[in-house]
Amino acid sequence: MKPFTQHTGRVAPLDRANVDTDAIIPKQFLKSIKRSGFGPNAFDEWRYLDRGEPGKPNENRPLNPDFVLNQARYQGASVLLARENFGCGSSREHAPWALEDYGFRVIIAPSYADIFFNNCFKNGILPIVLAADTVDRLFKATEASEGYALTVDLAEQTVTTPDGEVIRFDVDPERKHRLLNGLDDIGITLQFTDKIQAYEAKRRQEAPWLFQ
Amino acid sequence: MPRTLYDKLWDAHLVHVEPDGTALIYIDRHLVHEVTSPQAFEGIKLSGRKLWRAASVLATPDHNVPTADRDKGIVDPVSRTQVETLDANCAEFGLTEFGMADPRQGIVHVIGPEQGFTLPGTTLVCGDSHTSTHGAFGALAFGIGTSEVEHVLATQCLWQKKSRTLLVRVDGALGKGVTAKDIALAIIGRIGTAGGTGYAVEFGGSAIRGLSMEGRMTLCNMAIEAGARAGMVAVDQKTLDYVKATPRAPQGAQWDQAEAWWRTLVSDPDATFDAVIELKAEDIRPQVTWGTSPEMVVSVADKVPDPAHAPNPVKKSDWERALQYMGLDANTPMRDIAVDKVFIGSCTNSRIEDLRAAAEVARWAAASGRKVAGNVKLAMVVPGSGLVKAQAEREGLDKDFVAAGFEWRDPGCSMCLAMNADRLEPGERCASTSNRNFEGRQGQGGRTHLVSPAMAAAAAIYGHFVDVSEVLQ
Ligand code: SF4
Repeated sequence: MKPFTQHTGRVAPLDRANVDTDAIIPKQFLKSIKRSGFGPNAFDEWRYLDRGEPGKPNENRPLNPDFVLNQARYQGASVLLARENFGCGSSREHAPWALEDYGFRVIIAPSYADIFFNNCFKNGILPIVLAADTVDRLFKATEASEGYALTVDLAEQTVTTPDGEVIRFDVDPERKHRLLNGLDDIGITLQFTDKIQAYEAKRRQEAPWLFQ
Repeated sequence: MPRTLYDKLWDAHLVHVEPDGTALIYIDRHLVHEVTSPQAFEGIKLSGRKLWRAASVLATPDHNVPTADRDKGIVDPVSRTQVETLDANCAEFGLTEFGMADPRQGIVHVIGPEQGFTLPGTTLVCGDSHTSTHGAFGALAFGIGTSEVEHVLATQCLWQKKSRTLLVRVDGALGKGVTAKDIALAIIGRIGTAGGTGYAVEFGGSAIRGLSMEGRMTLCNMAIEAGARAGMVAVDQKTLDYVKATPRAPQGAQWDQAEAWWRTLVSDPDATFDAVIELKAEDIRPQVTWGTSPEMVVSVADKVPDPAHAPNPVKKSDWERALQYMGLDANTPMRDIAVDKVFIGSCTNSRIEDLRAAAEVARWAAASGRKVAGNVKLAMVVPGSGLVKAQAEREGLDKDFVAAGFEWRDPGCSMCLAMNADRLEPGERCASTSNRNFEGRQGQGGRTHLVSPAMAAAAAIYGHFVDVSEVLQ
């Protein structure tokens, strides 16, 4: 996994609550057996006016001019500003894969759905939780000034605005450590092989029917 | 110290605990389907790792499989590749798979319990959010992403932080025509789609005790729609009776050993929960969603809400956007909403009891000379598994459906998420027994109203929503 330390990037505001993973990457693209290439179809149903299909080239598809990410001023954005319960619905990891492939490294929202939140950390995306009124303020600032960018420092746990305001955020220490160092979870877990085997041996005694 | 059911399941699976409370927990059972597994198997292969315990896995294709003309195979080449990739991975790693032609194939969340693969006291995961379904058996079951699928395949464990606990207690007697689906929707309507976030939810109370195992599965299935990762119901005699009749149930002395432990899988009487919510069963009427989130739900006797009365500005704009997408006007009585298609199926409502409830409506319709209404282009019934299908056919339910104008299909996820050929066209409105009414969920531009199986069947007959409890009187 790519480590995440510091990042500065343009902010794109997605002003709706309960954005679900079906919206982030529609189901027809889940038929892929790869991990990459989902970016051009992120938010497909909102982004384009026609129906996207796997394998269909996206370059010449008609864009929806009303969709916020299509506006010229938000091109190249890498920080996604969102509302509450972002990423609800299906467990598909294709959602963070699509956001990452699109170019997002940071998401800022008042709350997230559990599985999505977890999946982000596994894919080098930092999902930041900030208070709803702070997020609201960032929405207004982003919409007010073109090219609005934020700097995020994971080690320091800070978001810095263009006028120098520093906003602190919380992050689980274990997740922070793994993301900062780009550590592979499986590798870490396999260091506990003895403990897993010991547990398993005990469980075989207590619940032998699970090992038939 | 008194413990909740969740505490007991958690404690029984601890392998290692870090000082900050992050725990490595052991996973007993792992269900695998074709959509969220290919990248996990690829990861295993690329890293040269082995599977920790192949016998803990049961795999089946469900999302992409066709529900008609199955002998012709899968027409869409991309879908076909995904299913073939699952077959190949299962063969390569020596996993048990119920392939497309196996009579036991079906939706993962239907076949796990049916086989006795899902057992009380287990930890069970699947790369699928509706894994919460299996909590109905007094198990700790939750959905995971593909990285975690790979992690479980390689280590048999997951890193977890303990959740807070929420008890949702429903007491009293359910009215006629009111089902577990209506309880689930009423709860989500009350606490919202994020109301359960961070919680492991236990459903309790006399109305829950009164539910069949199928009903409990429907309820736990929808726990994820309330934001909770896991839902669960304590073990009782019904749980044991259901499990005993399954092919993989422990036998002989092992059954006795298992039963002794399983009977302890209830929250201690004086255990405390971090939060408690109470509902009265009598207050719950048949539910219908009107918007694009499961929390946008009312009783069938009510009207489409007016955004002017939304509790706050964010909700107001959500409601307005939802009404626009759904093509509905505020204050329209739910009964006046006509439907174009009806879907009875999905891991929420495709078990035998669900089909019986829908077939009862179909039988009543046929007996009174009615059929699926003329404005309904398609009313389809998709059993959750091959075994459910066979059981329904033994009971003659398929004939009831066909006589009333419903289509009787082969098992799979089908129009729950429209990855196969079954889908809504833009603007089409559907009464659906599935679990998500998100924009585009059942097909781009499609409009979904979530209801119970009997409500869906009644909507098919009338061509619009009706209160099934009145119909069946
Ligand atoms: S039936 Fe629907 S919700 Fe259930 S596993 Fe299949 S796609 Fe997911």
